[in-house]
Amino acid sequence: MKPFAYARPADVAEAVRDVAAEPTAVFLGGGTNLVDHLKLGIVRPDLVVDVRTLTSRSIDDLQDGGLRVGAAVTNSELAADRRVRERYPVLAQALLAGATGQLRNLATTGGNPLQRTRCVYFQDASTACNKREPGTGCSAVGGYTRYHAVLGVPAALPDPTAPETCIATHPSDMAVALAALDAQVQVLGPAGARTVPFVDLHRLPGEDPSRDTVLEHGELITAIDLPPLPAGARSAYRKVRDRASYAFALVSVAAVASGNGDVRLALGGVAHKPWRATRAEGVLRGGPLTEDTVRAAMAAELAAAQPQPGVDSGNGFKIPLVTRTVVATLRDLEA
Amino acid sequence: MTDLLEPRAIGRDLVRRDGVAKVRGTATYAYETPVERPAYAHPVQATVARGRVTAMDTATAEGLDGVLAVLTPSTAERLASTEDREFAVLQSDEVAFRGQLIGAVVAETSELARQAADSIRVTYAEQSHDTELSADRDDLYAPGKVNAGHETDTSEGDVAAAMASADVTIEQTYTTAMYHNNPLEPHSTTALWDPAGDGHLTLWDSTQGVHPDRAAVCEVFGLAQEQVRVICPYVGGGFGSKGTPHAHVMLAAMAARALPGRPVKLALTRQQMFFLAGYRTPTIQRMQLAADRDGRLSAVAIDVVVQTSRIKEFAEQAGVPARMMYAAPNRRSTHRVAALDVPVPSWMRAPGECPGMFGPEVALDELAEELGIDPIELRIRNEPEVDPDTGKPWSSRHLVECLREGAERFGWADRPPARHRDGNWLVGTGVAASVYPTMRQARSTANLRYEDGRYVAEIGAADLGTGAWTVLPQITADALGVDVADVDVRIGDTEYPIASVAGGSSGTNTWGSALVVAARAFREKFGGSPSDGDEVAGDVDQAAQDEDHAAYAFGAQFVEARVHADTGEIRVPRLLGVFAAGRIVNPRTARSQFVGGMTMGLSMALHENSVWDPQVGQVANHDLAEYHVTVNADVGDVQAHWLDEHDPFVNAMGSKGIGEIGIVGTAAAVVNAVHRATGVRVRHLPVTLDKLLPGL
Ligand SMILES: Cc1cc2nc3c(=O)[nH]c(=O)nc-3n(C[C@H](O)[C@H](O)[C@H](O)COP(=O)(O)OP(=O)(O)OC[C@H]3O[C@@H](n4cnc5c(N)ncnc54)[C@H](O)[C@@H]3O)c2cc1C
Repeated sequence: MKPFAYARPADVAEAVRDVAAEPTAVFLGGGTNLVDHLKLGIVRPDLVVDVRTLTSRSIDDLQDGGLRVGAAVTNSELAADRRVRERYPVLAQALLAGATGQLRNLATTGGNPLQRTRCVYFQDASTACNKREPGTGCSAVGGYTRYHAVLGVPAALPDPTAPETCIATHPSDMAVALAALDAQVQVLGPAGARTVPFVDLHRLPGEDPSRDTVLEHGELITAIDLPPLPAGARSAYRKVRDRASYAFALVSVAAVASGNGDVRLALGGVAHKPWRATRAEGVLRGGPLTEDTVRAAMAAELAAAQPQPGVDSGNGFKIPLVTRTVVATLRDLEA
Repeated sequence: MTDLLEPRAIGRDLVRRDGVAKVRGTATYAYETPVERPAYAHPVQATVARGRVTAMDTATAEGLDGVLAVLTPSTAERLASTEDREFAVLQSDEVAFRGQLIGAVVAETSELARQAADSIRVTYAEQSHDTELSADRDDLYAPGKVNAGHETDTSEGDVAAAMASADVTIEQTYTTAMYHNNPLEPHSTTALWDPAGDGHLTLWDSTQGVHPDRAAVCEVFGLAQEQVRVICPYVGGGFGSKGTPHAHVMLAAMAARALPGRPVKLALTRQQMFFLAGYRTPTIQRMQLAADRDGRLSAVAIDVVVQTSRIKEFAEQAGVPARMMYAAPNRRSTHRVAALDVPVPSWMRAPGECPGMFGPEVALDELAEELGIDPIELRIRNEPEVDPDTGKPWSSRHLVECLREGAERFGWADRPPARHRDGNWLVGTGVAASVYPTMRQARSTANLRYEDGRYVAEIGAADLGTGAWTVLPQITADALGVDVADVDVRIGDTEYPIASVAGGSSGTNTWGSALVVAARAFREKFGGSPSDGDEVAGDVDQAAQDEDHAAYAFGAQFVEARVHADTGEIRVPRLLGVFAAGRIVNPRTARSQFVGGMTMGLSMALHENSVWDPQVGQVANHDLAEYHVTVNADVGDVQAHWLDEHDPFVNAMGSKGIGEIGIVGTAAAVVNAVHRATGVRVRHLPVTLDKLLPGL
């Protein structure tokens, strides 16, 4: 760990100015992810700007019937909110499926979607990783890929030495629910405020795996808006993991169903970003929701899926597993 | 036959004597030892798996204000003995495995030491490494002996002929994963060199044995025993990984010698524990069973392949339990080892028995299925009259009773049919047997003194959370015939008489026997009303030791497994064990050992897996977020029961070791239950959903 300056400015505007002015500066939310990274030496900022007491810690009703969740609202508070539990069970379930009570008490609405990948190589500064140190290569290819991506990756086995190679997944449960809910992210940056659709917040590695999101340096999440769901919509989150609690998803599914085949599906644990299954949604739209139609829809969604071989049998199991999990989730939702 | 104690304190569920101090946080562990002006050491580790260190740029580290010393292979002191290459820290520029210690920084704060250590730039001449264990390697070798002094290979009769002529055979390969012990308290040491005289070293070290620890340190540094004191009243778990010191203890002592008169603290980080604190080797077990239609075994064979580090041999004895478990005229066991560019493996709870009862107990289940015989009945039919390995009679063997009582308690007779479905869950039950040898170590001495109206015993024993602080007074009190409240037993310091390691589930047997000798000698010498200061020593050598019987604890484990029909997720709502482990000295602490062992066995079955990455040459998932240990949500109803077993041959307490048997057999029982639920036989641990999905 390298020493850094710690600042707690007066307001969000000052926080944004402070971070924008210092190329290595970072915002600090609950710190449950960032502090680990400071200790592991995989983030080495000169300045840490604590925003936990600056952004809003309340959940407000919006005119359109939705909710605005302040960036400092903790995961525990959000999961316990009555409006969230009643109107957006998928979100409450996703939050409660993540981490532990202690961690959720600290983790924030702004920080959770911006947590970094759990790729074991990203987290080990002694190994090559394009996301952590651009251009060094990717140790995950052919390595331990159990938690790695099968969607949004090249059709052939990626070249571990190429600077663009990254097969990491985004680990957040909450983010998968937010993707299914069509949430909107309120951002304040050096150039002013803007709104980013949640599904566009995270990006695929493209040419630059070091960037997880479209946020520019100095851009702060101030709130996340949850639009109202259609009347009668039902939603659920299903997380499949290697132990019953306190583990990241192997795969997960956030589903919102509002009748007439109008299904929104987001998948976790399968890609560099929370994966909105738009192809599957398209296949299902307007039709009946049966096991066969869901399987067909998932076959379309996963047509381009690419298993990553590796030690311990790689991650090809995710492809049947995610289909089975979607089938089970929608079946339970319809029941 | 020994002269069994009449149990008064023995058998009572007395509370832990160290419990209050631990709960209040006043029990001091090695790293917390209050010392004057401590300095802190942080290791530098190799980031290649094989090669040489050609340069270390320490300028930045040395330039930091508050850095007190930087140790590298070129500047470190030369050790007196480098024979044990695990302990030959910084003695050469050679790198034998990734994560090996290649330096250290000592600084005023732990943060600074870590920062400075991170700033050291190391240049290597890297060589290609070879870290992949496989049964097909052409360089596997037969070690001279395997762990605990067992023969490498044994053979009786003709297994091949029996296999060729049997009604039914099973021939399968089973594997267990690499596991890391991961006690809650990381390996840590506080070291202090007295600057005066020839040098005197005090180590507050988290260890399973202060005397074995001291012996290793004396050897490495060329010191006389009187020059070293090791103190360790409390241990936050070890599971074998603190049974011998590891390289960091030597590093801490070297770092402290660089600052005479100043205590130096060193604690491994959780990540470092995946490189430096030992681990259980992966095992590959080729099993052969031959039987007639009635299920009588005619052959049992196990061929085991394990790994060790190129710099030090540790050959886990995974083929050993199959030698004695069931009767069969034709038997074979072999061990072969691959020496790789990997960290040094070591003891982990029930080395040998734990992995070594996986293959055999799953194979037996496969045989039972093949024959259409109940797996309990199959085991009963192969119950040996005498120890098949040595031909000796058993001191006591109540495996059949454990199986029967377990079946009764578990409701085995009413178990659901194979592939039973309850809603979205497939349900199955499984059974497996457990075994652990009853071991006594050769050396331990206890001092017993009458002092201010109390009986005070001293022995350098260790309590790694297991209960020694509590059960040793119970034994001493019964041996003296006094109230346990009038007895103190002091442990965990080389100032006390020599004691053996807390390992091999031998502690209570060994130290307890020494205490009984001391107590009996005390009574003989001073009678019933001693005077203040009366004192005797008792030596375990003087305790009756039976050589004519094969002494083992046995057990039977029952598991209910549920597998989600859609996702393959596995849950184990019920785990039930029945053990025959001699007289139970303290039911409270014993239950903890059984339940803890079984839970660790569940963890091994479903979760634990140090995933080896041969490209990088290290454990990929080297922290507790990624290396999964079973959590509360995975553990349902765990029950440990025991028989009231009387064994007059083992020792004066009538007790057998209980610290390890709980982990033995659990994983096989889980696999057998999962098979019953799904029809899928998983032969490679851990059992994870990806291995079940193709069969669901
Ligand atoms: C052992 C363990 C298990 C876990 N298991 C799970 C799990 O199962 N599922 C799951 O989803 N998560 C899990 N987590 C992760 C946890 O949910 C995240 O660490 C947490 O949500 C991050 O929130 P935070 O507020 O603490 O973020 P921080 O650690 O403070 O920050 C995370 C990142 O976001 C940035 N940031 C923070 N706030 C803002 C803001 N307002 N605007 C812009 N940038 C910001 C920081 O600079 C940093 O890069 C686990 C974590 C641990 C340690």
